[in-house]
Amino acid sequence: MISIFITAFVVGGLICVVGQLLFDVAKLTPAHTLCLLVVIGSVLDGLGLYEPLIDFAGAGATIPITSFGNSLTHGAMAEAEKHGLIGVLTGMFEVTSSGISSAIIFGFIASFLFKPKGTI
Amino acid sequence: MVARGLLTFKTNPSIASTGVTAGPLEKKSPFVSLFDKMYDEEQSGAGTNEQGHAKMMEDACMIALSKVDSVPEDADFLLIGDLVNQMTPSNFCAATVGIPYMGMFSACATSVSTLITAALLTDSGFSKIAIAGAGSQHNAVERQFRYPIEYGSQKPETSQWTVTAVGVAAVTPNKKGMPSIVCATIGSVVDLGMTDPLNMGAAMAPAAADTLQRHLDGHGTKITDYDCIMTGDLGKTGFELYKTLASNNGIDVTENFRDAGEEFYGEDPSFFAGASGAGCSSTVYFSEIYAKMLQGEYKRVLLIATGALLSPLSFQQGDTIPCIAHAVELTMK
Repeated sequence: MISIFITAFVVGGLICVVGQLLFDVAKLTPAHTLCLLVVIGSVLDGLGLYEPLIDFAGAGATIPITSFGNSLTHGAMAEAEKHGLIGVLTGMFEVTSSGISSAIIFGFIASFLFKPKGTI
Repeated sequence: MVARGLLTFKTNPSIASTGVTAGPLEKKSPFVSLFDKMYDEEQSGAGTNEQGHAKMMEDACMIALSKVDSVPEDADFLLIGDLVNQMTPSNFCAATVGIPYMGMFSACATSVSTLITAALLTDSGFSKIAIAGAGSQHNAVERQFRYPIEYGSQKPETSQWTVTAVGVAAVTPNKKGMPSIVCATIGSVVDLGMTDPLNMGAAMAPAAADTLQRHLDGHGTKITDYDCIMTGDLGKTGFELYKTLASNNGIDVTENFRDAGEEFYGEDPSFFAGASGAGCSSTVYFSEIYAKMLQGEYKRVLLIATGALLSPLSFQQGDTIPCIAHAVELTMK
């Protein structure tokens, strides 16, 4: 039981280490770092490698932003099987829509409740 | 060979008064007791960062003028600058105070470039009171050069914290018992190819070392002649590099070397490598250094303000960061 938490922590942590290294060592901007991780997740799923990672690490693989790339590819491929080429377009946001919608909705609510101060 | 970029003032204009205003976070500064006016809010209650910035500048000018029993109508020139695009805070400040104005930009070295120009105008007899100074506002500058504050981007240890502060000086013909401006060295741009806007101290250090060397050689002075040699905003990273470079040039790096950026926020690690911004050197020079000269603790000081002459566009296009350092020498007799 406890080993699930440990694998999730270690795998999730390692993905974040990759992000931190891209940021600190490769000197990528935050936006470039984010996009690269999404693309990596997407490519890994295309190669059939991300689902096994989720089976192994659970939330350690679904919480980091790489999972968003995985979902994009996953949705696109699933819909493509059903509806052909147009499915690539419709499927891309099918799995990810909950994440995108919640980001918008919770961002909207937070902007009502708080004012960013920009001080420490 | 004629030494280039060196100035020696014939009449030794004086700094008759100073005005220093600063934002809420600057209450953490060890120099806070010497600041004239503090605001409880980052935007000085003006509504936007840039309007707040302009208001801090106006207040600093009025404070400096009131200390010499003057009003804006008595002042001949206003030489002031900041880091916001096209220096709109300085422009709005000049519009409000109504003093004949030249906005001057040397990035964070503006404190010294304006002081040199004010001394020249006074030395040539064209000015009885010239206001010289510079300022910066944290949120406005960070948003422009790095990321918007609200974005909450991570910063490395080498990054510096732009101060919300303005420092100005009222330059007048020589007055006994007041610190006076003796000579100066105009810096040359030094660009060693640094491109990281989150490590400006390292980019500026070679310019500071170059100007220090040129000032000593050009004016025939030694390190031991000065009670204090203070750089502008090299911060912890840049200050160490600058001292190493000076030492490599054969200069004896003593306890008298200080850096305004390194000292501005004390030892608080929240500010990473220390302070930066056009308001950093101007406020420390016109509060801490000025006060120590008035008390007689410092008789002769060398102020070397450093500036990183980048634009948001230039570094995004991968250009290097050209840097400058201007030096001015003050004495108290």
